Amino acid sequence: MVGRTIKRIYIGIIFLFLYAPILVLIIYSFNESKSRGHWGGFTLKWYGELFRDPDIIKALYYTFIVALLSSLISTVIGTFAAIGIHNMGLFGKKIVLNINYLPVLNPDIVTGVALMTLFVSVNMRLGFLTMLISHVMFNIPYVILSVLPKLRQMNRHMAEAALDLGATPFYAMRKVVIPEIMPGVVTGALMAFTLSVDDFVISFFNTGSGVTNLSIVIYSMARRGIKPSINALSTIMLLTVAVLLLVINKRTAKGDELIP
Amino acid sequence: MKNRAKLLAYPYIVWMAIFIVIPLLLVFFYSITSGNIYEPSSLSFTLEHYSKFFDMLYLNVIWKSFRLAIISTVLCLVLGYPVAYIISKSKQKHRSLLLLFFLLPIWMNFLLRTYAWMAILSPNGFLNKALEFFGLPPIEIMPGQTAVVLGMIYNFLPFMVLPIYTVLSKIDKNVLEAAADLGANSFITFIKIILPLSVPGIVTGITMVFMPAVSTFVISRLLGGGKELLIGNLIEQQFTIYRDWHFGSALSIILMIMILVSMAIMSKVDNNNNDDEGRTAMW
Repeated sequence: MVGRTIKRIYIGIIFLFLYAPILVLIIYSFNESKSRGHWGGFTLKWYGELFRDPDIIKALYYTFIVALLSSLISTVIGTFAAIGIHNMGLFGKKIVLNINYLPVLNPDIVTGVALMTLFVSVNMRLGFLTMLISHVMFNIPYVILSVLPKLRQMNRHMAEAALDLGATPFYAMRKVVIPEIMPGVVTGALMAFTLSVDDFVISFFNTGSGVTNLSIVIYSMARRGIKPSINALSTIMLLTVAVLLLVINKRTAKGDELIP
Repeated sequence: MKNRAKLLAYPYIVWMAIFIVIPLLLVFFYSITSGNIYEPSSLSFTLEHYSKFFDMLYLNVIWKSFRLAIISTVLCLVLGYPVAYIISKSKQKHRSLLLLFFLLPIWMNFLLRTYAWMAILSPNGFLNKALEFFGLPPIEIMPGQTAVVLGMIYNFLPFMVLPIYTVLSKIDKNVLEAAADLGANSFITFIKIILPLSVPGIVTGITMVFMPAVSTFVISRLLGGGKELLIGNLIEQQFTIYRDWHFGSALSIILMIMILVSMAIMSKVDNNNNDDEGRTAMW
């Protein structure tokens, strides 16, 4: 009994620690006063201002376009690559998987500056395209890593059976292999999307010409003082994610599946 | 089928060569040359960027990066292990919800979360307002190392809890029952069975916290107020402010090697765990 109380208190303290900063941001989003340390009364004006701020709107636009495109592209390339890698010989597979691990294992800052070095060396202008490529680059390994286990679990005679029964390789792929590994593909795509939305370091080094994302805008504001409308935006985003996760949680009723 | 399907990997192999291998080779190349990077003919071989690094100024930065990252990793383990344990032991219907609410904060932008700590810890921030309200003296930890460590723990704690939780929740209940049947009390069961079985999760957790912590430049910049330079800040400055790509590249290579060495040491600790499954257990 005592043990259970201690556990509850401990979890309570950890949750307080996790949610304190978030609560602070939410409270500030309703603060009339612009200064951080001062409460000027309740207001919703920052929520209105949010949609009139061109910097934030532009950053939001790029964040979601890049996340959408990069997760789509990396899911397609990554899924096919995973199928290919799965069918490779032991030696080749090992080499490819190890190189594939590099962006996962390397610190973001090294991946970021290395890509920037490449782009600058071939005289590519840093901007939308370089940011998109960099996101696709760090997303693919995660897609592959989430698809490969599903391929390993799959009964490898299934595709052969389809072929024996007269399916073309393409038809067998579409009707047998892809549906089997779909959970892995979806996990990979979701992970790619979230990684892309949340990325700062790699985007920071690989963008230019006025193309920014949310993280970059927040970073440059954080030192001068953040516009309260950013607090409003984060409140909206957090609520959206919370509702989405709760709905997914209700539907799968199995939390373990939520973990990327 | 097998031979043809293999071909599907080839486009990605070309992609990997261009966007993973070549950039790293370029960084290595710039780290051992000097001259104008826009004029290939002006580049000449040198090791000066590596020898420059053995200045006390830079060695101190490395030392500080490692010290802060190790402190944060240890604290994450100490704080996170009980969390993983409690969640894995909670009732099935509570478990997924607990996990969900534990993970929810990481869905919020990393920069925002760090910024929120600035709002709490800054000299006239939330914390000091609260302390003032209760008549307590103010705490001034931001900007400073304590705030940096706090920011690291806050941002990376889930990376410690998740792998440990995954391993703990997979422990066969029968093993625990067998231990109890053989007379072990819960403390002995924990020390002799649960803890050893959770080592792979701990190892993954340590790597996943230590790596971003040692290479960060955002947390140290925002919560350290520009005074607490870490190796990440050093690299960032070489590329964005000083435009010394050669030294920046050398620093990147050094950081990479140090991390690879730390990871090799960690996997030695974990040698009884089969590498492939252990590393992917997280996903």
